[in-house]
Amino acid sequence: MSTSTTPDRTTPKPAGPKPAKLKRSKYKGIDHLSPVDRVVVSVMIGVPTLLVLWLVVVPAVGSVLLSFTNWDGIGPISSAKVVGLQNYKDVLTIYPPFVPALQHNLIWLAVMFFIATPIGMFLAILLDREVRGSRVYQTAIYLPVVLSLALVGFIWQLIYSRDQGFINQVTGGSIDWYGDTRYNLWAALLASSWRHVGYIMLLYLAGLKGVDPTLREAAKVDGANERTTFFKVVFPVMFPINIIVLVVTVIESLRAFDLVWVINKGRNGLELISTLVTSNIVGEASRIGFGSALATFMLVISSIFIVIYLRIVMREQR
Amino acid sequence: MSRPASEAEYLASLVPASVRGVSRRTLLRGALGAGTLLAAPTLLSACGGGGSGGSGGAATGTVTVGSNQSDAVPKAAIQAVMDAFQKANAGLTAKVNTIDHNSFQENINNYLQGSPDDVWMWFAGYRMRFFASKGLAGDVSDVWKDLSGAGMSDALKKSSTGDDGKQYFVPSTYYPWAMFYRKSVFEKHGYAEPKTLDEFKTLGTQMKKDGLVPIAFGDKDGWPAMGTFDQLNLRVNGYDFHVNLMAGKEAWNSDKVKAVFDTWAGLLEFHQPDSLGRTWQEAAQTLQQKKAGTYLLGSFVAQQFAKGAEQEDLTFFNFPEIDSTIGADAIEAPIDGYMMAKRPKNEAGAKKLLGYVGSAAAQNIVVKADPSVIATNDQADKAAYTSLQKKSVEFVSQAKSIAQFMDRDTRPDFASTVMIPAIQSFLKNPKDIDGLVNSIEKQKKSIFAS
Repeated sequence: MSTSTTPDRTTPKPAGPKPAKLKRSKYKGIDHLSPVDRVVVSVMIGVPTLLVLWLVVVPAVGSVLLSFTNWDGIGPISSAKVVGLQNYKDVLTIYPPFVPALQHNLIWLAVMFFIATPIGMFLAILLDREVRGSRVYQTAIYLPVVLSLALVGFIWQLIYSRDQGFINQVTGGSIDWYGDTRYNLWAALLASSWRHVGYIMLLYLAGLKGVDPTLREAAKVDGANERTTFFKVVFPVMFPINIIVLVVTVIESLRAFDLVWVINKGRNGLELISTLVTSNIVGEASRIGFGSALATFMLVISSIFIVIYLRIVMREQR
Repeated sequence: MSRPASEAEYLASLVPASVRGVSRRTLLRGALGAGTLLAAPTLLSACGGGGSGGSGGAATGTVTVGSNQSDAVPKAAIQAVMDAFQKANAGLTAKVNTIDHNSFQENINNYLQGSPDDVWMWFAGYRMRFFASKGLAGDVSDVWKDLSGAGMSDALKKSSTGDDGKQYFVPSTYYPWAMFYRKSVFEKHGYAEPKTLDEFKTLGTQMKKDGLVPIAFGDKDGWPAMGTFDQLNLRVNGYDFHVNLMAGKEAWNSDKVKAVFDTWAGLLEFHQPDSLGRTWQEAAQTLQQKKAGTYLLGSFVAQQFAKGAEQEDLTFFNFPEIDSTIGADAIEAPIDGYMMAKRPKNEAGAKKLLGYVGSAAAQNIVVKADPSVIATNDQADKAAYTSLQKKSVEFVSQAKSIAQFMDRDTRPDFASTVMIPAIQSFLKNPKDIDGLVNSIEKQKKSIFAS
């Protein structure tokens, strides 16, 4: 991309956006668009807009609309009966797994945000100091990210299983890590963090490598110690990376699904909103309307974080 | 949102080559996986297109069969049946499309509304009647005209009948639920099969003293404990109540259901603890390793035992009687079998195939390959059965009424989204039965009203 645009920048201003057309059309100022430009621009805006409408807006609005019906997924959608707010009422009043699911989603987010992500960042800082064998550590810590969460769930099953698992075999204990609701959420969070830490480490390490070394040297010359250098110089410079890490953490936590689904289909202490949506919609259950109501709750929660993110990004661009 | 894009590009250039290579490959693999998933329905429909010939015509051409038997042993058994079918019917080819067992169940709605195979494997009970009443299954009453005189009992015909009185299902095999145990363990400790719940409790106490888990138990997947509920319900309230309760006609917060949970709460001390983290396979292995005295499960528990001497050591007794006025002659024996698509591409061929899978000849092949199930056809060769199969046949034939299973006898949405979490929460906290049954009843009303 950069190579093709460089000649444009170096050409003198009167050359306009399209050098080939220069000979015939008069330059009418930077705001003027030729007919070809208009077509190009409208295609470039139109196609993504249609894609967004088709892939994002229509399904989202569709789920919200479906949440007011009792459609069972069989036969035409016109056979669905509109039931108003019944599904929402049911979710809030008589569906026992909903409140735990909401709590678990928030716990999940908090643990990822306050524990897993800082650990990943810390590891990145350690590895950035060029310790011996840092490549090996780097690969070792990153390895879980390469594995699918489904596989991660299976690996930890071998460790956590009550009767045959590694932990209980070694310690001689009989704690039911995946089955006892006192432990299983934390056990799942540990497995999930194991993967998340590697991901954040890599993102952050990449950012650290990109920090201009002269900044650190300048700080050193000014007599700043390591800690001050990091918090006062490096961390603020890394603002864009920090935002990415934040967004990745929030997105990964809200869409947490695979791991708990592999463990026990998101039941018995591992309820998450995403698993409730799936278990209601997928399969023979086919409570499309009810599941859509749950999905709408998830949409609302996600929107809160999207709005926060957009505000940060907008403010930064200003 | 320009920032993430440019950052991503920036980051990509910084990632070590070794890592980048791996992650891209994984991505590709993921994309391929997603692609296959998306392509699966089209593949299925493509496979379904090979048939020729219509209703009434001579049975020739290809019949497609959607099979959910994705495990190696049953898969080979189905293939063997289809090969035998082709041999017996020149001009007809049976093409099996095997789909992973769980995926098949999860996608059944889409599968049946898309272009399903001519014939597909399914279960008797509400789950069969549901698709029949939704107009997604073909009427196979013709096939039953021949089957009725050829070893298929009237009881089986009844369980193959939809709400409109027509038949929509051809049974193949079934398996009873009972209390399984190892003969060698009972002999060693001098135990006798208990007939009543009190006898069972005494036995359980003795087993505990002998260092055994009285009842192996695992409910990580949510459905095995439904079997325990069903057995207790059949003993406490009887078969008719089971049927009505499953049909949504009885209240879940009635004293009768509370009595079931109360009885269960009294038995929990004999159950293997921490059941919610254990799969049925792991629980079966505690029985296999002689650490547990008994295990309440379907006879497919035999799959966790080595063929031969170990399976010969496995046997079972009927779930003990709780109320002498109710008795113990109601059992559960879920039936697996075949259904036909609403508009099969090759109707004549499909009916021919359905007639064949219901025959003794076809079922002999299946039960030989998978000795944890028994044939539904009375004329099947019982001499070749293992002792467990022989006992199963005797057990089923003595039963007065045969239930399917909770998730086959009631609405699937109710079973999976209400009953699984409800029973699991009971196992976690057996004290709050009132709160539990009231919660179930409220959800039941909402679901059965829709």
